[in-house]
Amino acid sequence: MGLVQYVLKRFLGYLLVLFIGITITFFLPRFMPGNPIDNYISQVQARAGQSLSPEAAQELRSSLEELYGLKGDLLTQYVNYLNRVLLHFDFGPSFTSYPKPVSEIIFAALPWTIGLLLITTMIAWLLGNLVGLVAGYFNKHAAATALEIFGIILYPIPYYILALTVILTLAYFFPIFPLTPTWLPGALTFQQAGLILYNSFLPALTLVLAGFGWNILSMKSLAVATKEEPYVTFARLKGVPNWTRMTRYVFRNALLPQITALVLSLGTIFNGALLTEMLFSYPGVGLLMRTAAGAGDYNLLYGAITMAIIAVASAALVLDLIYPLFDPRIRLS
Amino acid sequence: MEQDVGLRQNVRSNAASPARRRRLALNGRLHVGLTLLAIFVIGSFVLPLFTSVDPAAQGTYLKNLRITSKHLLGTNALGQDIFWYLVFSIRNSLLLGVTVSLGITAISTCMGLSAGYIGGWYERVVVTLIDTFITIPVLPILIVLGALVRGNTSFLTVGLILVTFGWAWNARTIRSMALSLREREFVNMARFSGANTFQIIFREIFPYVYAYMVVGFINTILFAINTEAALAVIGLSKVQVPTLGSIIFWALNYNALMIGQTAWIIAPIVATVLLFLGLFLTSTGYNDLFATRRGVA
Repeated sequence: MGLVQYVLKRFLGYLLVLFIGITITFFLPRFMPGNPIDNYISQVQARAGQSLSPEAAQELRSSLEELYGLKGDLLTQYVNYLNRVLLHFDFGPSFTSYPKPVSEIIFAALPWTIGLLLITTMIAWLLGNLVGLVAGYFNKHAAATALEIFGIILYPIPYYILALTVILTLAYFFPIFPLTPTWLPGALTFQQAGLILYNSFLPALTLVLAGFGWNILSMKSLAVATKEEPYVTFARLKGVPNWTRMTRYVFRNALLPQITALVLSLGTIFNGALLTEMLFSYPGVGLLMRTAAGAGDYNLLYGAITMAIIAVASAALVLDLIYPLFDPRIRLS
Repeated sequence: MEQDVGLRQNVRSNAASPARRRRLALNGRLHVGLTLLAIFVIGSFVLPLFTSVDPAAQGTYLKNLRITSKHLLGTNALGQDIFWYLVFSIRNSLLLGVTVSLGITAISTCMGLSAGYIGGWYERVVVTLIDTFITIPVLPILIVLGALVRGNTSFLTVGLILVTFGWAWNARTIRSMALSLREREFVNMARFSGANTFQIIFREIFPYVYAYMVVGFINTILFAINTEAALAVIGLSKVQVPTLGSIIFWALNYNALMIGQTAWIIAPIVATVLLFLGLFLTSTGYNDLFATRRGVA
């Protein structure tokens, strides 16, 4: 019964987060100064000179409003938007590559971002937690202090600084990797896959480094605290060997807050991945957003944001749903 | 029996000595952090008094000069002195960070304390809001807003947007603290003595939350500087104002690496890393100092 309640509660929370998130992305830009249609029309006017008559401009405005979904009052717009986005997954056409629907462009970029994020987050989380566990369990060793100092220096460094440092060292001073990656079109061959790995290495390294520091620090302090718990002392007195105590007694319990922390930091990790993609010209959703923002392709931008919110919220839901596997208190209550 | 006492003493002394060692190490953290911060704050606020040149004005000096005693970090492709630009960048970033952090701390403390203490449907609404703002990735929304206003915004608007999207983390922590404090004896005592909700929140609960507020305040400065800089690096903040992000934006835009202007890009990187390290060490050092004083750790 407890489990069913837990799942239902999380699922309702998920829907609520999606709803509020999409509502915010709908309303916020409408309260900002400036209007994308005015921007676009003034751009067209600047290009066309005097040849654009006021009537033509008016016509352009009404057809643009149609495309953007800006017809009618705010409430109708809102209902239409929810209907289009949530039920049909339709964000309208892209402006820079006109008749192509936005959802198609986003779905082409999404696997890149998901692949990069999934792999790097898993590596950073697992590696960081293992290192943190060892450092916390043997916290009287000098090596543990060295690892902690490494974590302390690494953790507060922001994503863009890490990305630039990685570029500077591994692409500029020691040119092992390309400064500007080249992506060949074509089918996925063996050579193509190699090129993708080669080009993705630096962004992946950045993301792993960024996640690494926090996991070391957090896991270390958790392991130090758990190690002093009476049940671990009891196990030691009972004669349970060091390794078993570390993995089965300390690690399993210190893992739970780390999973919760991962759920909470998903949004931050996603932000970092977007930035990293932009700085490395990695063809994922982040780069898409940057080009869309630069070109004023608002439909594409909205689509990408909505997709980002759905992706992060879904990832959080998945983690929440597998949490009972680790925590028997929820499973068995 | 004797064995038992000996064991207990043994356990206690084992627990005490690393704790004392930790306390010393933590004080060390606070010292290093505060020293770094002091250097940055004093340096970036005092040094600008000694120059009359606007660091953001282009073409003040010859372009791409090497590092000399006159130009400590050389000049860039826009004819600006990199050292002075960096000094003003740090000052502006710090100003933005502190202003945004003041706003966020005020909002998150009010939201967190009231939600944690009052409870009921009010708490449920606030917690849902907090969960949403934590889950939603902030950067995409900032990118849209940045693309909409296209630099036609003041530096203040950037700060306001950061406050709107940054309050949830602190509010979450403060709420959970207030939640546990609500059950304490002295709160019940105050309630039975006739104190109203407002008095209990500010007289009884607030002093316990205060230490965390300082930690949260410093962490939020870090968040604000970082987020603004990230936006600036991709050109979506007010890049005409020198900040730790806009300096990198211009360096990347003028291909500083290709033309061998490494100082233009390495200097802000080093400055950012040291500043953030200072902020982080101060916040964790302060946190643990208060934890030991409260007798929690």
